[in-house]
Amino acid sequence: MTIPVTGPALLPLGIVFGFVFGWLLQRARLTDTNVIIAQLRLRDYTLFKVVLTAIIVGGIGVFALHSGGLAAYHIKPANLLAVALGAILFGIGMAIYGYCPGTALAAIGTGSVHALAGAIGMVAGAIAFAFSFDWIKAELLPIAAAGPVRLPELTSIPDLVWFAALVVGGVLALLALRRRGAHS
Amino acid sequence: MTAGTETTSIGVTRTQIDWTPYLAGAGIGVLSWAAFAIADDPLGITTALSAVAGFAAMPFAGTEVVWHNTYWTQAVPGLSYGSLFLLGVMLGALAASVRARQFRFEAVPATWRRRFGPSPTRRFAAAFVGGAVEMYGARLAGGCASGHGISGTLQLALSSWVFTILMFGTAILFGSYLFGQGEDRR
Repeated sequence: MTIPVTGPALLPLGIVFGFVFGWLLQRARLTDTNVIIAQLRLRDYTLFKVVLTAIIVGGIGVFALHSGGLAAYHIKPANLLAVALGAILFGIGMAIYGYCPGTALAAIGTGSVHALAGAIGMVAGAIAFAFSFDWIKAELLPIAAAGPVRLPELTSIPDLVWFAALVVGGVLALLALRRRGAHS
Repeated sequence: MTAGTETTSIGVTRTQIDWTPYLAGAGIGVLSWAAFAIADDPLGITTALSAVAGFAAMPFAGTEVVWHNTYWTQAVPGLSYGSLFLLGVMLGALAASVRARQFRFEAVPATWRRRFGPSPTRRFAAAFVGGAVEMYGARLAGGCASGHGISGTLQLALSSWVFTILMFGTAILFGSYLFGQGEDRR
């Protein structure tokens, strides 16, 4: 088997990687919408702890893999108007739904019926997007489009400095949050 | 995996540190390594989910319309690594919840009930609308809390940091407003 895996051999990996992701989200209690809403209300910091730790650990490893030529970056284009509008819509939708898409699918697995109702909504949203895509592509995506740019190139500050700052800043943030999360 | 703390309520006791979020986060980080190096496909949900949505659109829009749609020609509906990943997420959470004896059917969560009452219809309708708005936003931005929030930020992508900061900022402001209103009256 060659690395990266391609073709039909990749399909079972989808199940396996997805399984691990869903398992971890459940163990972290992020399949519980009450935990997510409590984070949005700054009464419980479980979500921030999980995401920050994942970014730090993931970032170090992927940077090392990329430096060794073992992994390619996949940078999403900075169509800044669309990204900003999308982020705001996403934030509003997340507060109402009580899940982000990943935790929503995982929550369905744990028996959350309202997560399933919201997942049907997500499918409806995706269909609406697909049918408005031609207009969005022509009118929205080109505005403030900076391309698939990374912070090191944008700022001319080397990767190593950025990652060092990410680790130090992330660990300091985690230390500041470590005793939070007791309210309900 | 847990650090000897109870998992029945939302919080843990203030004096103890619950290591579970850090272990789970580190696990997701390591899973990211594998996703990049082995599958060459970073962790993400909504790109695959919108491809799956193409199938849902076929009965009323017609298969021809879907196959010729500009968006679905680049996010092709079909059996893929991404769509199986979605299935895996559900199965993994199912297995974990069954193993921990935490599987239970939930129609109206406690937080929602306290603020908006016990009606399942109301909760389902809100979840549907919230899910639709969230998904539309995710596709507009090109990613979700996984694709941008974890996979993108860890690569130091500009788009992902802009998305993640604005998304959490909006969700915190709107979520605090939504669930903070009238809290004392109920």
